[in-house]
Amino acid sequence: MSRASARWALGFAVLAAAPLLPLGGAREYLWHVIIQIFLWSFIGNAWSLMGRFGLVSLGHGAFLGVGAYATVLLWNFFGITPWLGAAVAILLTVGLALVVAYPCSRFQVVGHYFALVTLAVSEVVRLLIVAERDWTGGSLGVSLRTAGTASGLVTLQFADKRVFYYIAMAAWIFGLWVWARVDRSMARSAMEAIGEDETAAASVGIHVTRFKMGITALSAGLTALGGVLLAQYLAYANPDTLSGIAVSLRIVFAVVLGGMYSLLGPSVGTALTIALGEYLRIYFGIRLIGIAETIYGLTLILFIIFLPAGIWGSLAEAWRRPTAPVRTAPG
Amino acid sequence: MIAPIFLLEAVVNGVLLGGVLALLALGLNLIFGVIDIVWVAYVDLVALCMYAVYFLVTLYHWPVWLAGLGAVGVGVVLGLLVHLLIISPILTSPPINQFLATGGLLFFIQSFATLLWSTDHRSVRVTLPTLEVAGIFISFARLIAFVLSILAMIALYLFLTRTYTGTAIRAVSQDREAIALMGARPRRLYLVTSAVGGAMAGIAGALFSIQYAVHPYFGNAFGPLTFMICVLGGLGNMVGAFFAAFIIAQVISVGGVLVSTEMGYVIAFVIFIVLMFVRPGGIFARRA
Amino acid sequence: MLALAAVTAGYGAFTALWDVSLRVEAGEAVAVVGPNGAGKTTLLRAISGLIAPRAGSVVFEGAELAGHPPYDIVAHGIAHVPEGRRLFPQLTVAENLKMGAYLPSARARFRESLERVYALFPALAERPRQRAGSLSGGEQQMLAVGRALMSRPKLILLDEPSMGLAPVMVLRLFDLIRRVREEGYTILAVEQNVRQVLKLVDRAYLLEVGRIKMEGRAADLAEQDFIRKASVGF
Repeated sequence: MSRASARWALGFAVLAAAPLLPLGGAREYLWHVIIQIFLWSFIGNAWSLMGRFGLVSLGHGAFLGVGAYATVLLWNFFGITPWLGAAVAILLTVGLALVVAYPCSRFQVVGHYFALVTLAVSEVVRLLIVAERDWTGGSLGVSLRTAGTASGLVTLQFADKRVFYYIAMAAWIFGLWVWARVDRSMARSAMEAIGEDETAAASVGIHVTRFKMGITALSAGLTALGGVLLAQYLAYANPDTLSGIAVSLRIVFAVVLGGMYSLLGPSVGTALTIALGEYLRIYFGIRLIGIAETIYGLTLILFIIFLPAGIWGSLAEAWRRPTAPVRTAPG
Repeated sequence: MIAPIFLLEAVVNGVLLGGVLALLALGLNLIFGVIDIVWVAYVDLVALCMYAVYFLVTLYHWPVWLAGLGAVGVGVVLGLLVHLLIISPILTSPPINQFLATGGLLFFIQSFATLLWSTDHRSVRVTLPTLEVAGIFISFARLIAFVLSILAMIALYLFLTRTYTGTAIRAVSQDREAIALMGARPRRLYLVTSAVGGAMAGIAGALFSIQYAVHPYFGNAFGPLTFMICVLGGLGNMVGAFFAAFIIAQVISVGGVLVSTEMGYVIAFVIFIVLMFVRPGGIFARRA
Repeated sequence: MLALAAVTAGYGAFTALWDVSLRVEAGEAVAVVGPNGAGKTTLLRAISGLIAPRAGSVVFEGAELAGHPPYDIVAHGIAHVPEGRRLFPQLTVAENLKMGAYLPSARARFRESLERVYALFPALAERPRQRAGSLSGGEQQMLAVGRALMSRPKLILLDEPSMGLAPVMVLRLFDLIRRVREEGYTILAVEQNVRQVLKLVDRAYLLEVGRIKMEGRAADLAEQDFIRKASVGF
């Protein structure tokens, strides 16, 4: 085994074993944080499938929201198992993504326009959720009806957090696998060609629309799955934390911070932003409400200005050991 | 069926709303058209100016109109600060970084405002009458806001077309290098543009403060709406944004009366998305 | 008046000019000819400040200007009519001219300059409120030159003035440039149309692949000399 793979295997083993280690009373909190990191990294990963090819979406909150609310509402009102609920959610989200992506691809809505259209989509979802408050609970959010004695794999509700830990980790690894597959696939070269020059790519026979829609659908579907898992884990969904502009921006932040073009970039960025957020929240407690977020926002601005290649990206460039192909952001 | 009189009232209110929305959209568009960067936190700057009006009135007992002028001054300062501290360093960064820098500013402003002033809604207590014209009820505050918005936009138009600096600002948005060859400094023109954009945010803030209460997340109510209007009119297209603002305001107002206030917004956004596909560059886009 | 000594300049990793030296005396008209890609545009951009030379000096009336920003160089009296005109397409003819006089010193004598330009280019005087983007090629070139004149320069840099113009327009254009020259302006023109430009100028340089290959008086030079030398790029 090469040194690099040995290192990864060790890291993986540590992660896998973590819930079984006796870490004292703070265990539950630690698992909680790591589960969030796994799930949000998964989501960030999904976003970066579009972001790395120049399809900058500021509206992934829409996919999260649809994913989360679809499963929660189907369970709460109709008792439909989240497995089916997730399938419905993913279908709905992919449908939404295609409806948005098709015209965008056909009519070359790109760049700033594309970003703002996606922002509008996430706002529509958020407003719809709030407007239909009889179903969704509006701005107050909706709690997942407890399965009680029926808790378990079928209802995806567990009394023991550690089960969720492994589910989240599995999802995260799955996301990385998808990313790696896309990275090695024909789609990647095609998307990069499209990113460089759409017209040239089309003239070489690359079916631009099909590739763009495919990547968008994949990204959206995975994000929806992330939303499902989040809602199941937190047992609660809220339009402001799971849809809208704020959460969309957070996802993008974490990915760009960590580095959009590498496999682990989104995960590193997410881990850092969540860790920072938690640290600030613990440090300040309930004193000075808002200061944690203020520092968070300030840190993000400073990072964007001074570390544009992202943390992982900058580090990887510095070590000059490509774990995955590293490039500077397209100008 | 809704009585026609209510529809008429909705239309009138829509026009009044459109005036202020147009003001917001023009400010954002001015900056984008010249500097090519979307200030994601623009409407949060407006909120800060609203806070300025609130504090000037409640703490220092300024008359409201004077506080409004103060808000414009605050807006100018904010515009300059944002450009110098955040925009200048990222002028050549890829657009996604630019979105995130101004997006980070959004987080920062909203949470800093929460930190300083809590999430309480604060309103400047002005009691202005409600007029009745031909059976329609019109809020006097809204009417004033509309009139002043129009005046402000006329002033902006005159500035951009009749003054040297204004024409130079239009020139730099069309060809940055060429204007440099005439002896202008693009950096300085960007600063002036940011100051003007900030001033417009200040005016909008003053006009909002007589109609709405301010709170740290006020920007989320009007932010996405403003972006949508700008894109609909064609990013950077001032005339387009003007008309798009009134169209959207009508949809919101009439939709609000026909269905519900929130659905009015939903319908507006959905129409936007549909229109984007019919005319991807914005409904008034110049054919490139 | 203008002296370039050993100027080296380029873009990023690419060097377009190597060790270029030339001079232009007051009142002269000088041409720099050469094939496509020779570096002619880079040369003018290095003089007007759009790019900073990596090495060498650009001295204008005794002042070292290399590396100075464009607004400073234009204040010294050098006006650059860029390649492709680079007018402000949405601004009117009058507004374009107004922008040409952006410098405070030029603004003070705006009326005077405007009258001069309208006298030289009556076609512009006829349509002051027309959008620059809707003008014909010849009118655009006139506007571009007129705009440069508004800054009251001493030296005018012309980048490929004949580019994109019909042959009839080219003749008319060079006539106009001759008249501009007669008004007392010093001219440095970069051109691919060797024959026409040689009729206009006193001296000419041949620039090839970033280096000056030949220099001579226009009267002495047969067009054939240049064509033969420059034909590599054609």
